[in-house]
Amino acid sequence: MTGLRLAFRLPHGARGIEVDLTLPGTGLTAIFGPSGAGKSSILRAIAGFERTGGLIRFGDETWEDGRHFTPPHRRRVGLVFQASRLFDHLDVAGNLAYAARRAACLPDLLPTADRFGLTPLLSRRPATLSGGEAQRVALARTLLARPRLLLMDEPLSALDAASRAALLPLIERLRDEAHLPILYVSHSLGEVARLATRTVALAQGRVRAQGPTAEVLADPRAAPAFGAEEPGSLIEARYAGPEPQGLCRLSLPEGSLILPALHPEPAPGEALRLVVRARDVMIASTPPQGLSALNVLPARVRGLTDLDAASVDVHLAAAGATLRARLTRRSVETLGLAVGSHCHAIVKSVALARD
Amino acid sequence: MTALPDLAPLWLTLRLAALVTALLLLLGTPLAWWLARSRARLVPLIEALTALPLVLPPTVLGFYLLLAFNPQAPLGAAWASLTGQTLTFSFAGLVIASLLYSLPFTVQPLQAAFSALGPGPLETAASLGARPLDAFLTVALPLSLRGYLTAAVLTFAHTLGEFGVVLMVGGNIPGETRLISIAIYEQVERADYRAAHVLSALLVALSFAVLLALYAVNRHTGRKA
Repeated sequence: MTGLRLAFRLPHGARGIEVDLTLPGTGLTAIFGPSGAGKSSILRAIAGFERTGGLIRFGDETWEDGRHFTPPHRRRVGLVFQASRLFDHLDVAGNLAYAARRAACLPDLLPTADRFGLTPLLSRRPATLSGGEAQRVALARTLLARPRLLLMDEPLSALDAASRAALLPLIERLRDEAHLPILYVSHSLGEVARLATRTVALAQGRVRAQGPTAEVLADPRAAPAFGAEEPGSLIEARYAGPEPQGLCRLSLPEGSLILPALHPEPAPGEALRLVVRARDVMIASTPPQGLSALNVLPARVRGLTDLDAASVDVHLAAAGATLRARLTRRSVETLGLAVGSHCHAIVKSVALARD
Repeated sequence: MTALPDLAPLWLTLRLAALVTALLLLLGTPLAWWLARSRARLVPLIEALTALPLVLPPTVLGFYLLLAFNPQAPLGAAWASLTGQTLTFSFAGLVIASLLYSLPFTVQPLQAAFSALGPGPLETAASLGARPLDAFLTVALPLSLRGYLTAAVLTFAHTLGEFGVVLMVGGNIPGETRLISIAIYEQVERADYRAAHVLSALLVALSFAVLLALYAVNRHTGRKA
């Protein structure tokens, strides 16, 4: 199992899509980018819905090259879309059985339905389901087809907050337990930060950066992939324990952060993913005095990205993590910030990566 | 009280309409599917050919069919050598003529239904491991049932009422090619208005019942969806 090899071009927008990627055969890889970046077209090519004329290889199987094309039904690639795409002429049980019968795993149907909380819905028609219910049926149906690769295209973006919160843990469990490589397309920093082991940053049909999620989100070259999303960085921390006055401490590779106590309280040492928005990070050239912020980390400037005439993103290494700070150009010049400068990062707000 | 007029033309017409409807649904499906989904440059050409019977005067279609059915013409000769019978003035000839005449009434509703389906359901079926024919039979077909119902009813009703084509290629042979519309025409020519009234009223009632059933069912399934 050597993962997924993609090397192709597709017509798309003004400049087309051009990818040359090798993705791992395990874990959840996010394709992160604004709408129109070409994310969905890449998934369609992998599923076999579009011919690229290029190269698509999965493990030691060639799905597409110049001469050969494996049709979609022989690839065993599972798909979950923004719309659930359930079959309207079948009830929930019928939808699940459609997949299970073709994968010769009908006996798995009831246990899978139970695992996804679908047992009370089995005789319902898709038209009568809520968005969250329909998406759970779609996910269960896809898994019953026993895919070898799971493609998810903005599966949460049409759902309300409560349904999203119910589906996220299911996707996390799949990522951690199912030994099923997942490609997850999203424009949401929150989803990518919470779910993705690795991330491919895509903008205008080109890969801007790829690698471990925290590194990619901190990479200045990935900036165009944020689109309308407010940029931020991902910090992987561990729960250290409670602090007095309703606070708690999270440990970073070199240092720690103080947050309001978390509910429910994580286990000691539990890994947590945090998102720090670029607007919530300030920079001081000397250790600040008399400041209300709880978290001030010694930092070093790794890079500067010009955004427009007025603003600059400053990429920082702080406490063994990477941070992004959005500053005015005037502040950058006043502080005399350049690559390698030492400074102090004031973190005004930290959020657990939820959505 | 005199007896009812001879009802044989009615039964013959119903037999023809049922047979033509069944055959057209079978043959029209792959054609409509191809027209709905192919990106080939040939599509507009075939679409125009398929729609031709809608605009041609039936006598024109009948005239060309009469020429083609002639035992000296390739089609007529092939049929004669296969079956020992001629296509002109025969029930088989009527079936072939009606297939062409009613083709657009089958293909157009089916094509519209297949287009409305979009690529989503079939892609989903394929990703769940369904081969193309499997996906068509288990997903596209049940989701296009309304299109099939419309196509069947329109084809049936249109075949019931055909006159010009039938007159050109079928003539008026009792039990073989004497359809209801021909019988009515002949009764009127003989000034037998009573018989013409009976058959005409039957045809009106039958056509109305078929269309009423179609619209009622369509409305019902429309509400359910």
